[in-house]
Amino acid sequence: MDTSTRPARIVLKTKNMSRRSPLSAREEKAAYLFLMPWFIGLTFFLAVPLVWSLYISMTDKRLISAGGEHFIGLQNYTYMFTQDGYFYHSLYVTLKWLVLTTPLYLLAGLFISLLLNQKLPGIHLFRTILYIPAVLSGVAVAVLWLQLFNPELGAINYLLYRIGIDNPPYWLQDPRWAMPAVIIMGLWGVGGTAIIYLAGLQNIPPHLYEAASIDGAGSIAKFFYITLPMLSPTIFFLLVNAIIDSLLIFGPVFVLGGDGGPEDSLLFYMLYLYRRAFIQGLMGYATALAWVLTILGVILVFLMFRFERRFVFYEAAE
Amino acid sequence: MVGRILHSAFVYIMLIALSLFILMPIGWMLTAALKPSTAPVFTYPPEWFPTKYWEWETFRDALFEENFFIYTRNTVILVLLNVVGALFSCSMIAYAFARLQFRGKNLLFTILVATMLLPGPVLLIPQFLLFYRIGWYNTYFPLFVPAFTGNAFFIFLLRQYMKTLPIELDEAARIDGASYWGIYWRIILPLSVPALTVVAVFQFLATWNDFFGPLIYLDDPDKFTLALGLATMVRRVGTEWNEVMAANLVAVIPVLIVYFLAQNKLIGGIASVGLKG
Repeated sequence: MDTSTRPARIVLKTKNMSRRSPLSAREEKAAYLFLMPWFIGLTFFLAVPLVWSLYISMTDKRLISAGGEHFIGLQNYTYMFTQDGYFYHSLYVTLKWLVLTTPLYLLAGLFISLLLNQKLPGIHLFRTILYIPAVLSGVAVAVLWLQLFNPELGAINYLLYRIGIDNPPYWLQDPRWAMPAVIIMGLWGVGGTAIIYLAGLQNIPPHLYEAASIDGAGSIAKFFYITLPMLSPTIFFLLVNAIIDSLLIFGPVFVLGGDGGPEDSLLFYMLYLYRRAFIQGLMGYATALAWVLTILGVILVFLMFRFERRFVFYEAAE
Repeated sequence: MVGRILHSAFVYIMLIALSLFILMPIGWMLTAALKPSTAPVFTYPPEWFPTKYWEWETFRDALFEENFFIYTRNTVILVLLNVVGALFSCSMIAYAFARLQFRGKNLLFTILVATMLLPGPVLLIPQFLLFYRIGWYNTYFPLFVPAFTGNAFFIFLLRQYMKTLPIELDEAARIDGASYWGIYWRIILPLSVPALTVVAVFQFLATWNDFFGPLIYLDDPDKFTLALGLATMVRRVGTEWNEVMAANLVAVIPVLIVYFLAQNKLIGGIASVGLKG
């Protein structure tokens, strides 16, 4: 990308080391001054909270407490794993969401990006329309879909009646149908994934397809032998992002499910953490919950990177 | 030839179906918002675009009776503070990483990249307790001060961009006696406007749409943002649904305008982040 500037930079570096040593001390001072805002943020909003959070997670700290907090070792963690049914339930809800939505959204996004990658008149208009939901806030989207999912009067059940389904589901009021409703709402925003795929598709050099055509490959063979391997870094990026987003989902389910939906069927992990921290004021316990979620995320991402080596194809020559 | 026509027809049919899937709910929302309180919001069949009613009063009620005017003002203030903060801090930090030589640069840059992967939830509660203790609860400080200390993602994006500018510019300016600040302010910043626009749009969207931050830090309804005001309105019993939809449109329309104006830069920016991430 910046091959043109690279030789110049090397020259500058050697110049810096030999002739301009008094100047480079000034340069260094300037650099640290420019970095000052970052150093401040790194210390106060990152390093200090990070270390402190490990401590908090081993205390019984409450938001408002008379006698201050007590150090209780790993008790928050042992309670969580041995006695807290809600912890397991919220973990189950979150992992179920992850397993159901990740492949669905990745495949739907890929399909849409393939449609958008055609060179046809008016394709830009479709790209613009399909990306709209991705810029809207999760809360605004959820407020809208809450109405569409209204069991008696909503638009979705109207459409279901019309195609001959006499007893359509009660969606967000039925523990079995609450999560499918959220999944359908998520599909509405899948254009965001499609745009990233599209960028990946447009970076595939056309000569690969031309060479394959000369060799007599059909479009299905081209898809599996060129498009998919060339797209695998993008797929991997989207996969890691999807996993992290799944673990952290909050805003939309807060609007749709309130405090956890019917029979807690929408009690996602972050919703439970919010309940513990900001409704019940149990800061110590909620911080322990946050650490467990983080460790789970790290493990999942680590597994993905193991898996990457086998399935992701990176071009040898960059 | 017939095959190609069939293929194009298939693509168009799919794209039109998908576009309807996106646009019909938005049309329904607009229709509901334009109804007077006396007309039912839910009708059989659903109305996907406004025909009968063009009652702009509902918007007035949402803005002034339901306080969405104040929520909009609050959101705009927060967006401006965050955008200014992000542009200022991230460009300074990126300038140092892209153009200056200093000891520990590689290590610091590695730390910067590592912080991009850092888990939000773990920092959530200690940050909250910290801000609570220094009396920032129920103020805007926790919601904009962090923006002034840089965002790793934006710094990375700006640094990549600044590295592509020819280094001779800095050298020539230095020979003319410009200070490092002068080079940053008068040469690098003006040339980085395309990348800065991407950062501004991303930050606008992030702040405008943020829900969790305002939810945990704001208590006083007069300080609420649009997202928080909406969530509160929906969860209240006995709200008028046409007003909710009008309020939702108040929250959504500015985002759509920015999106339509900046869509090429935004989509380009997302693509570049996506590939380098």
